[in-house]
Amino acid sequence: MSVVEMAGVSVEVDAEGFMVDHTQWNEDIARELAKTVGIDELNDKHFQVLNFMRKEFEEKGTGPSLRKLKNESGVNTKELYALFPKGPAKKAALIAGIAKPVGCI
Amino acid sequence: MSEPIKRVSIIVSKGSLDGVYPGLIMANGALMEGIEVMMFFTFFGLDAIIEKTMDKIKVATVGNPAMRMPGGLPMPTLLGAIPGMSAFASSMMMKEMENLDIPPVSEFLEMIHDGGGEIYACKAAMDMFHLGEKDLWEGVDSILTVGDFYEKSAGAQIIFT
Repeated sequence: MSVVEMAGVSVEVDAEGFMVDHTQWNEDIARELAKTVGIDELNDKHFQVLNFMRKEFEEKGTGPSLRKLKNESGVNTKELYALFPKGPAKKAALIAGIAKPVGCI
Repeated sequence: MSEPIKRVSIIVSKGSLDGVYPGLIMANGALMEGIEVMMFFTFFGLDAIIEKTMDKIKVATVGNPAMRMPGGLPMPTLLGAIPGMSAFASSMMMKEMENLDIPPVSEFLEMIHDGGGEIYACKAAMDMFHLGEKDLWEGVDSILTVGDFYEKSAGAQIIFT
C-alpha cells in the first residue's frame, strides 16, 4: 500500500496501483490513473465503460468480466481492446478505481 | 524478474467440452493480459471451429473417470452410456459455466478473434475429415500446414491441449 497525490487528493493504492477506496474516485483521478497504465487521454467511450464498471462494482462487489462488459456496457470487444490496449478488463478496472477483477473471463 | 510471455500458440486437439474450453479460456485470458495469441485446431479439436458443431460440444460421460453426478458421486460407466446422458451432463455443465460468465464456443471464439487472436485450422486434419473452407466458422483466419504453424509460432510459447 502506498499513498499518492492525484488531482489534489491523497489516494491510497495497492502494490499494483489499484485504488483501495473506490469512493474517493472522480473523473480527474481517473485521468491520472489512466496515465499510470499508458493511456494519455480519456474520451466519452472510456467513461461509458468506466461508469458501467463502477455501477457493476457497487451492485455486486466485483468488477464485470470482459464478456459482461462487451455484452452490457454498449462497447464491443474490438472497441474495448482499442480503448484499453493490452488488457481491457484489468486496465479499465484500475482506471475506474475499483478492485482488480477476480474472474478468469 | 524473468522475461514476460509475449506470444502464445495454443493447439486444441480434442473435441470434447473439457478438451476445447481450457484452450479457449487460456487464449482469452492471454489476450486480456496483453499477450499475443494464435490458436491451432487439429484432429477432433476442429469441431470447435466448424460452423455445424461448434456450439454442440459435449462432455464424455463414458471413459471419463472424473465424471460426477449432481451431488458429487462418481458416475458409473453404464449410467454414462444411457442415450442422452452426455447431452444432459453437457447442458448441466454449460449452465454452471454460464454462471461464471463462460460463453458458448461461438461467442468465446468471437471474443478471441475481436481481441486480436488468430485462429487457424490444421490442413492434415481438414483433409482427413474431408472438410473444406466452407465448413469453417467465418472467423477462422486460414488453414495451415504443420510447417506454416511453426513459422507463425515464431517467438511463441506453444501450449498443447
